[in-house]
Amino acid sequence: MELDDQEKIIEVINQKFDGDILQTEMLYDYLTITLKKDRIIQIIKHLYDHPDAKFQYLTTMCGVHFPDLNQIALVYQLHNLVSNLRIRLKIYLPIENPTIPTLTPVFAAANWMERETYDFYGVIFEGHPNLKRILNVEEMTIFPLRKEYPLEDQVREDKNDSMFGR
Amino acid sequence: METLANGVKIGEKPEGMEGHGFFATSLEKVVGMARKNSIWPLPFATSCCGIEFMATMGAHYDLARFGSERLSFSPRQADLLMVMGTIAKKMGPVLRQVYEQMAEPRWVLSVGACASSGGIFDTYSVLQGIDRIIPVDVYVPGCPPRPEQIIDGVMKIQRLVETESLRRRDSAEYKAMLNSYGIE
Repeated sequence: MELDDQEKIIEVINQKFDGDILQTEMLYDYLTITLKKDRIIQIIKHLYDHPDAKFQYLTTMCGVHFPDLNQIALVYQLHNLVSNLRIRLKIYLPIENPTIPTLTPVFAAANWMERETYDFYGVIFEGHPNLKRILNVEEMTIFPLRKEYPLEDQVREDKNDSMFGR
Repeated sequence: METLANGVKIGEKPEGMEGHGFFATSLEKVVGMARKNSIWPLPFATSCCGIEFMATMGAHYDLARFGSERLSFSPRQADLLMVMGTIAKKMGPVLRQVYEQMAEPRWVLSVGACASSGGIFDTYSVLQGIDRIIPVDVYVPGCPPRPEQIIDGVMKIQRLVETESLRRRDSAEYKAMLNSYGIE
């Protein structure tokens, strides 16, 4: 991504949301902007509407658990289909209360992505039309991609350390 | 085993009394022989073991040689439930419902490591063997098993079908076994 493209996007955010940007960096040729969490939906809406940004396609949206920080990161990847620019927006939520407004009024595609993030990380999206598990069984009581839960199903008896070197 | 002039082999007849114009044997043996050679399988194929099953049904391996050419995609008419592939926990209730919809007598063949034990998928989302939700008669190991192994499994099912007592499904032990799975 060209330097003036980067500066233009950061300028678009700073115009209206000065002080919300915590950090900007280029990761794998992908502009990554870490933001304060409070006005994330307004910022995405602003980037959608602003003629210099026009990020009108939500590529994906997902969670990441950082057990050392005791935080869950949410990563929004946006795409401008006209200029073919992509950006990644990152916010951090505290693990005790991972709550954030829903993105569905801006992008209808966020519906299933937010359900998936709820399913695996337990992030609550306020105002989501149908926030329930999407991939896992409904009886599941844990959020399996949080690191405190073991990956393996705890019912197997045929695996022991002498056979598997663990 | 008797061999005809054109090379076709005739299967063994059951033990019995034979004379001019009559042959007497027990009903159980005749029913067992008839059932054994007309098993209708219901293929419940979810992944790569299902691909091996397609080879098993194809002309080269040809499960039809064992009287199982008629696949039943409705559980109501099926005799044998062939579970081939990884069963995710979310698929578990579906598999159980298919089993419950089958009429007695019914048999279950678990094909491959995943259906039998969860296989390499030792993870929170995968059922660690279908025998946690339905009773299984024969397990076929392999990841995936070759068609020869699947045929061997079907032949072991045939052996069970042939020798099963007609009253087994009425027995208290059988009912207790089903009850242990929560099936009426």
